[in-house]
Amino acid sequence: MLDYLKPTTLEEVFTHLDRLGSDALLLAGGTDLFLKVKKGKLTPSFLISLQRIPELNFLREDKGLFIGATTTHRTIEKYPYVRKHYPALADAEDVLGSVQIRNVGTIGGNLCNAAPSADTAPPLLVLGAKIHAVSKQGERTIPLEDFFQAPGKTVLTPGEIVNFIEIPAPKPYTSSAYFKHQRRQALDLPLLGVAVQITLDRDLGDITPSLSATWWDCLKERKVKCLSARIALGVAAPTPMRAFNAEGVLQGEIVTEEVIEEAARTAQKEASPRDSLRGEAWYRREMIGLLVKRMIVTSLLRLRR
Amino acid sequence: MEIEPKTTLLDLLRQNLGLTGTKEGCGTGDCGACTVLVDGKAVNSCLYPACEVEGREVLTIEGIKDKDGNPHPLQRAFVEEGAIQCGFCTPGLIMAAYALLLENPKPTDEEIKRGIAGNLCRCTGYVQVVEAIKKASSYLEGGGP
Repeated sequence: MLDYLKPTTLEEVFTHLDRLGSDALLLAGGTDLFLKVKKGKLTPSFLISLQRIPELNFLREDKGLFIGATTTHRTIEKYPYVRKHYPALADAEDVLGSVQIRNVGTIGGNLCNAAPSADTAPPLLVLGAKIHAVSKQGERTIPLEDFFQAPGKTVLTPGEIVNFIEIPAPKPYTSSAYFKHQRRQALDLPLLGVAVQITLDRDLGDITPSLSATWWDCLKERKVKCLSARIALGVAAPTPMRAFNAEGVLQGEIVTEEVIEEAARTAQKEASPRDSLRGEAWYRREMIGLLVKRMIVTSLLRLRR
Repeated sequence: MEIEPKTTLLDLLRQNLGLTGTKEGCGTGDCGACTVLVDGKAVNSCLYPACEVEGREVLTIEGIKDKDGNPHPLQRAFVEEGAIQCGFCTPGLIMAAYALLLENPKPTDEEIKRGIAGNLCRCTGYVQVVEAIKKASSYLEGGGP
């Protein structure tokens, strides 16, 4: 027998969790969880719906962006501030599932479901996102790179829930990009996800190739320095991961094709993809090399002014 | 109405309310055949907990004809453009198109394709569907569905 609870405050949620323990599961949108319950993969005795708790459903700009855990993907997809300042996240929301899924699925649910394929994870990792978790005992802040423990498992303790996600304001001359490598154009899970965020010391200027100078030649001439590089991969390890070594190759260097390619090769070595339904490890590794380079370039192109 | 908590909105519509216009294609949110509107937003009813519709407005394919019982311009356009073959995906597709036109009364071809990307059709190849939605948009004179 299953019981469905509809608390309207966080206090009620904590009371339920306290009383029911592991017999209860938290439901945000339900596009992952409710399906598993329907199919019998999860057998809670209670579902605690988070849909009527206003403290969890908001978007707030304040020297950065604060996203409530039950904000839907569709809301984020349509939010101009996200598209302008956090294009990698907008890229992900554009391709996640379908319109129907995005109208119901939530960003908190996506992260807490903790699939290695979660589309919002690589973008949020490169954007420097932090999870603000809350429980009856108090609050704590968890950097996203410390949030995932294993496929389907986060570091949240029983009685603890995600309150909101904080994304810091991007520094000047910063842009980002995310690519979901999927077999179909929609309604698919990625077989690889690649996100990049780049901060330069100035904008890219007007790079115009000519008969005597390729785009790469022009870039090399421009001598822009990469002040900060963040690279994250989905479906390349048991959890969404940052490619720290690859970032180190690019960070602090003048941006050239050679440096970008070395970063991409380093990311390939850092990742630990496996064979699975959607692709084999060798293929995923190849595509990491290609897509890391491509997403660095996309981020650079977004910095033309 | 009393229901089991595990009931999906799709089951509520088809089993409890006898509204069989909405179809179950996959039951996992991967085909869109079960698309209905909840508070004006397209959702996969096969994944939507029925318990959550309390206090919300649900619009199904049965509800879009006009007050005299005539087909909605979307339905008319689908018939005229040959966008219906076996018809199984049709209610879901029309509801997705309805939601699209609610938000964007004059969509471009690209916007239409993105708007219905959550609906699979094995018969038509989608060209007639896109044409039908464009036609419906002109019938509605950009005034929304």
